This record gives sequence, structure tokens and C-alpha cells, in this order.
Amino acid sequence: MASLEQVRAWIDRLEAVYTENKEYLTELDSAIGDADHGINMARGFIAAKQALAENPPADIGALLKSVSMTLIKTVGGASGPLYGTFFLKAAMTCTGQTELDAEGIEKLFEDGINGVKQRGKAVVGDKTMIDAWEPALTAIKDTRQNGASIAEILDAAVAAAEQGRDSTVPLVARKGRASYLGERSKDHQDPGATSTVLMLTAARETLA
Amino acid sequence: MKKLINQADNVVVDALKGMEAAHPDLLKVSYDPKYIVRADAPVKDKVAVVSGGGSGHEPLHGGFVGRGMLDAACPGEVFTSPTPDQMEAATKAVSGGKGVLHIVKNYTGDVLNFETAADLCQAEGIDVEAVVVDDDVAVKDSLYTAGRRGVGTTVLMEKIVGAAAERGKSLKEVADIARKVNAQGRSMGMALTSCTVPSAGKPTFELGADEMEVGIGIHGEPGRERMKVKTAREIVEMMSDAVISDLPYKSGDELIVMVNGMGGTPLIELYILYNEFAQVAKAKGLKISRKLVGNYITSLEMQGFSLTLLKADADMVKLWDDPVLTPGLRWGV
Repeated sequence: MASLEQVRAWIDRLEAVYTENKEYLTELDSAIGDADHGINMARGFIAAKQALAENPPADIGALLKSVSMTLIKTVGGASGPLYGTFFLKAAMTCTGQTELDAEGIEKLFEDGINGVKQRGKAVVGDKTMIDAWEPALTAIKDTRQNGASIAEILDAAVAAAEQGRDSTVPLVARKGRASYLGERSKDHQDPGATSTVLMLTAARETLA
Repeated sequence: MKKLINQADNVVVDALKGMEAAHPDLLKVSYDPKYIVRADAPVKDKVAVVSGGGSGHEPLHGGFVGRGMLDAACPGEVFTSPTPDQMEAATKAVSGGKGVLHIVKNYTGDVLNFETAADLCQAEGIDVEAVVVDDDVAVKDSLYTAGRRGVGTTVLMEKIVGAAAERGKSLKEVADIARKVNAQGRSMGMALTSCTVPSAGKPTFELGADEMEVGIGIHGEPGRERMKVKTAREIVEMMSDAVISDLPYKSGDELIVMVNGMGGTPLIELYILYNEFAQVAKAKGLKISRKLVGNYITSLEMQGFSLTLLKADADMVKLWDDPVLTPGLRWGV
């Protein structure tokens, strides 16, 4: 079971992770984007953590909703609405709940990831965060069906997302600002897929 | 970097304060979240028209708030999309009960933020439709990219659609007119110099003293080609060819034409460019019904210009001629 405190720890962990990786993500983004992804993610999760500290939510749905609204307001660019939508859809499936079992964790990520897919309309191979989210979702569903624990499910999700992230390196971007570079977007790792892996890794460290 | 600013971080807020101080008769400004609404908002039983985008393109969008054009504009940081909370608050502030149209320029950040805002508004029972402008012919492989960028046609759309809303048309009718304007409008830009985003402090790109970038975006995005500077006539002929052949515009078509400065080009040069375009249009049998020559959708202090053509039927020209009263455009009042 993942408790309300654990979900809160996930968000707190993300604040630390994105702050530590601020320059790394920004460097990836400066190669094929507009050089602000790390700065934006760090700013967003610093604000999200602060909002939770000021107004501690009573259930997981309310917590994820607070994170969503803060990210939407503070991250900006394309990743603000994308990650904001992830947490908004995840919040809706967790409304009123104070703990999540393996099925609840599956639903959180399934609804959240489907929200991102709907919002961004990207598919695997476009060189976006979907290259990490989509294989992670498949891994979560496959392992959950076989009765796996939360730890096993998230282990599988992280491994699949890492593979997806690495697969973005040789791709030509077809969505987002990087797509205007055409062939010049090759040989660069996608910053969005990279920040997605960090999000899942932090989930593995805190929710299981 | 030399700029007439106080602090790089406060550029947008300081400029909003200036707009509020200069035009209290036309508009009102909210600072948290940031948006501009027309002074008499919300207007009952009228479709409200809302737009927004990164700052640095003035007078777009805030300078087009007022009677006969936009009900609200949401300014982001310089060249950065505004966020859904701004758009949601602006939409609520101007909603007059007949629905709200969002005019969105096609940039991934703008589109995603406006879509998220539309979801939030619809969840609260406000009828929102969005029309995306994607008129920049410089982007060739639009199937394999995020698509064509939204540029000059946005200005013409905001004027025409604002007039349609003022006449009391329904949300569906207003949105249909907006889509028609987008379908019939095409633009392309060029630059002689880069521009400097205040928070970045250095030019967005480097261009040699004798070079120009043809097909530039309004944020300094790379264009089709970098080449040696040519005469105004040669440049207009080259850009006209690209724009005219794209729709294509044909002999006998009536046009609304905009020769737009990027922020750092003097009017004397824009008139030279307009004259060259008028010659091209004459030779090709294109009729110029209406025109704008000046700075309407800029890129900070960039030197350069863009050419926008809109194939306009009689109804569109009527809407164009309707009264408009905004800081950036005013006639007929």
C-alpha cells in the first residue's frame, strides 16, 4: 500500500531531483529546444512542494490536484500543461483516497499517462516524453496483471522508461519546438523523456 | 545589452502598468494573474474574443484589446506562452453568456496551455471554442513538424473576428469566420538583425553585417535560407513568390495586405516595401482591397518585415471596415 504520506514524499523527492538535475535538463534542452526545461521543472516542483506544506491536503486526490494546479501555473512552456495534465488526471482517479494498492497505482499512472497522450497528441517515435511514458504504461499494465507488488510494477516502469528515453537519441523530432530543426535534432536525448524517467524513478523510491 | 527598461525581470509588468496608465478609457489590467480586458467587459450577450501569447510582439495582443477587436489578452513573459490560469481568469472576466473564442497562434506551448485553459473553463460551464492560426509559409514540412507557425494573419483575424462578435454573431459563426480567415491567410517574414530577449541579455542569433535571414519566425526561429542582403525590390519579389504560390492567390483575387515591421524597421522602409508589393500585385492581377503598413506583430527590436496576404470576400471586407477602438488600431469611431 502507498499512503498519503508516501505520495507527499514523492512530490518532495521530485523537488530535490529536479533541483539537482536543473542544469542537466537545461543543457539537453539547449541542444534542441529553448534551454529552459530544467529551470522550469525545478521552479514548478519547488512551488508544488511549498503549496503542499502551506495547505496539507487530506487525501491523495486533493494532493495531486494541488500539484497539478501549481505546475500548470508555474512551469510554463509545453511541459507545464503536459505534466499538469498528468497530475490532474491522476488526481481525478484518486479522489477521496488515502492509500493506494497496486491496482490504485496502476490507475494513477494509466489515467495520468493517457491524459498526457491526449493533450500532446504525440506517439512513440516523435522524440517526446511519450517515448518514455508509453513503454512505462505497458510495463505497469503487464506486471500488474501478473499480480506484481507496487515495487515490482514501478521497477518495470522505470526500466521500460529508461529504454524509451535512450531510444530518443537517434530520432528526428516530429513534435514540439525541436521538430523545426528536422535532421539537426538527431543524436540528442530528448529532455522531456529524461524528466519523465526522473519522475518515475522518484516514484519507485517513495511509493513502494 | 542596451534597452529602455528598469529591470529585465520586470519588463512585462512595467509595460502593463504603462498600458493601464495610457489607456484607462479603453482597457483594464489585472496583474495576478496577468491579463488585459476591454474597459466595458464583460459585454452582455456578445461572444467574447480572447487571445494571448508571449510578450515582445506589441501591439499584439494587448494593444488590440478594445471595442471591435479583442475582449481580453493574456501576456506571457517575453517570447514565452502565458499559462492556463491567466487564460481561465481572462475568459471568466469577459464571458458575456454567449460563449468565448480563443485565438491561439500555433506554437506547442501556446496550444497546450490554451487547451488546458479551455478544459478548465468548460468544467465550469463556459462554452469555449479555439481557433489556431498557422499561416507561416516558411515552415515547409508542416506534416513532420509541430506545423506552421502562427504569425501575421493573427492581426487580421483579431480585427475581422472581433467585428463579427460585435455584430452579435453566434460562437459557431464567429469561429467559422476565424477558420476561414486562417485558411485564406498566408505570411512570411525576414530579418536583417536579431533581437535580444531582456532576460537573456544577448542576441538570439548571429547574423553577418551583410546577411539576412529569409523566413524568420517572430521569436527569431530559423527561416528557410540565409543569404546576402538584396534590394527591397528583390526581397519583396522573392517573398511575394513564396506567399502567393502557397495558397495560391490567383489573378482577380481581392486581398487584404499587411506589410508589417518587426520592431526595428522605420516606416520609410516599410512604404518602400509596400510600393514594391503593389507592383507585384498589379503584375499578377491581384486586387488590393485594404492594407495595413506599420508595426503590428513585432519581434522586439528586430530589423525586418513580414508580408501577410488574406484573400477576402465582400463580407470579410465589411467586417474589416467596421469600427474599431483599441490602442493599436482605430477607425470608424
